[in-house]
Amino acid sequence: MNDLWRSLDGRGRTVLTCVLAILIALPLVADRYVLSVLTLIFYFAYVGQAWNLMMGYAGQLSLGHALYVGLGGYVSALLWLKLGIGPWLGVFAAVAVAAAFGATIGWLGFRFGIAGVYFALLTIAFAEFTRIGFDHLELTGGAAGLFLPFEEKRVGEWWNLRGGQLLFYYLALALASGAVLLVALIARSRLGYRWLAVREDETAARALGIDAFAVKMAAVVISSAMTAVGGVFYAFYYNNLFPSQVFEISRSIELILAPIIGGLGTVFGPVIGAFVLTPLGEILIAATSRLGVNAPGVKAVFYGITLIAIICLMPSGVWPRIAEVFGLKGRVP
Amino acid sequence: MTALLAATNLSKRFRGLLAVDGVSFEVAAGEIFAVIGPNGAGKTTLFAMIAGALAADGGTVTLSGARIDGLTADTVCRRGIGRTFQNVRPFAGLSVEDNVTIGALLRRPDMRSARMHARTVLEALDLADRRAVPASSLTLPDRKRLEVARALATDPKLLLLDEVMAGLRPTEADRMVSILRQLNRDNGITILLIEHVMRAVMALASRVLVLHHGATIAQGAPEVVVRDPAVIASYLGAEAVG
Repeated sequence: MNDLWRSLDGRGRTVLTCVLAILIALPLVADRYVLSVLTLIFYFAYVGQAWNLMMGYAGQLSLGHALYVGLGGYVSALLWLKLGIGPWLGVFAAVAVAAAFGATIGWLGFRFGIAGVYFALLTIAFAEFTRIGFDHLELTGGAAGLFLPFEEKRVGEWWNLRGGQLLFYYLALALASGAVLLVALIARSRLGYRWLAVREDETAARALGIDAFAVKMAAVVISSAMTAVGGVFYAFYYNNLFPSQVFEISRSIELILAPIIGGLGTVFGPVIGAFVLTPLGEILIAATSRLGVNAPGVKAVFYGITLIAIICLMPSGVWPRIAEVFGLKGRVP
Repeated sequence: MTALLAATNLSKRFRGLLAVDGVSFEVAAGEIFAVIGPNGAGKTTLFAMIAGALAADGGTVTLSGARIDGLTADTVCRRGIGRTFQNVRPFAGLSVEDNVTIGALLRRPDMRSARMHARTVLEALDLADRRAVPASSLTLPDRKRLEVARALATDPKLLLLDEVMAGLRPTEADRMVSILRQLNRDNGITILLIEHVMRAVMALASRVLVLHHGATIAQGAPEVVVRDPAVIASYLGAEAVG
């Protein structure tokens, strides 16, 4: 970690420290709405970072990451509702279940040489049949959903994630910061470099003694485990889970936009992407309702146009461009 | 002296075509051994079978007496064989140094020592001044050298080089020859190379195997092999003798 800090130059350290200090102090001045938007930003930065590990670093395209969010959410919510096991313990079970699913998908794909878009189809298939399964699972309320009730006596039990906006704001901030740190550390590790090798050219990587199968399995297991933690957060923040919402493919797409826009395979890309996209969505909602435009899909159209514009202007993502302009590239090790 | 690498009766069939037909040879430790032959003779297929990239239909390969046929490419590399690809395959999006560092990771415990080793190798291959540029921006001669550097960084006992001279100008090829000779002499690395550039083969190889239609037509010292009538007829052409 010391290495990591040393790899930043003075300007990078200053910016990082300032941003973090501002975000920590912000609840002193910001209102609930601003905090809720920022919480959402941190959430998307976190799950985007998890996906970024697998796609941006290891080069394995998953379009079914909603599966791990959903599993994480459902497992922790069930443990809480049925057995009274709190989320701080439940998260371990959630991670284990999601990682097992990730390992199964990875094993099937990598063992049988299903690569690229076909692997992506496999991930979609798993997310879809899990959604259909949960639609019919009585234990979780089926299609009618699962609710975490509001209990007066439990308000303020932060250790059970029963708290207000402020609790979730700091929790999301911690998750996002932790994810950035984790990705930065892994990216500079032996595993990180092996991921890059496999991403760039698997045949050449194998010729250098890299066990591509093991390396890709590590990517999918770490990524699914991380995503499941996001799912636990989701469940306790929103207090409701519907199969048709959490496992939906549009959810998988939603969580990969931030890293793509921000910059794949970069440490800060998913964070920047989340900071660009989430407020953009909020602004579009506000703007269209202010203008009295009520046609369905208007927001989606504007959103799409903006994404296309960003991708055309900055094809490798927003973060690499920002880093270049402001000289935040960091020192070459 | 026992052979470092021994191939016995190696065969590979692609549907109707017998690409490699019962080829046997031995490479002694410390030797530079060349495989030559016309296009389509089965040289690259032979290499792929040794490197574990392609499963043989018959025959065995041993490295220091232990069977390595049937192992996967990454296992073969860990056993001590480094290889280059005829069509170079750099990690295009990564820097030259990162390319070589990834090779060096195989036998280095941490990033720092891998990077140090990579720099030494880059120095030896005349790529030190290009280390920070992306591999995608290298010229072909530089990419060929990068290919060698990356394989070399895995500290192989045996280096398989698939046409590393192809596409190089004579001066660049001479440079490569002197680099390889130095690696062989100073580091004791055994080299098995496929080559079309006869000048390089004559300068480097202590023994040569000639393949034609998948079968061995001659094997021996380079001066002897190039005078072999069968080799002249099938590969070199009459004008090469002189």
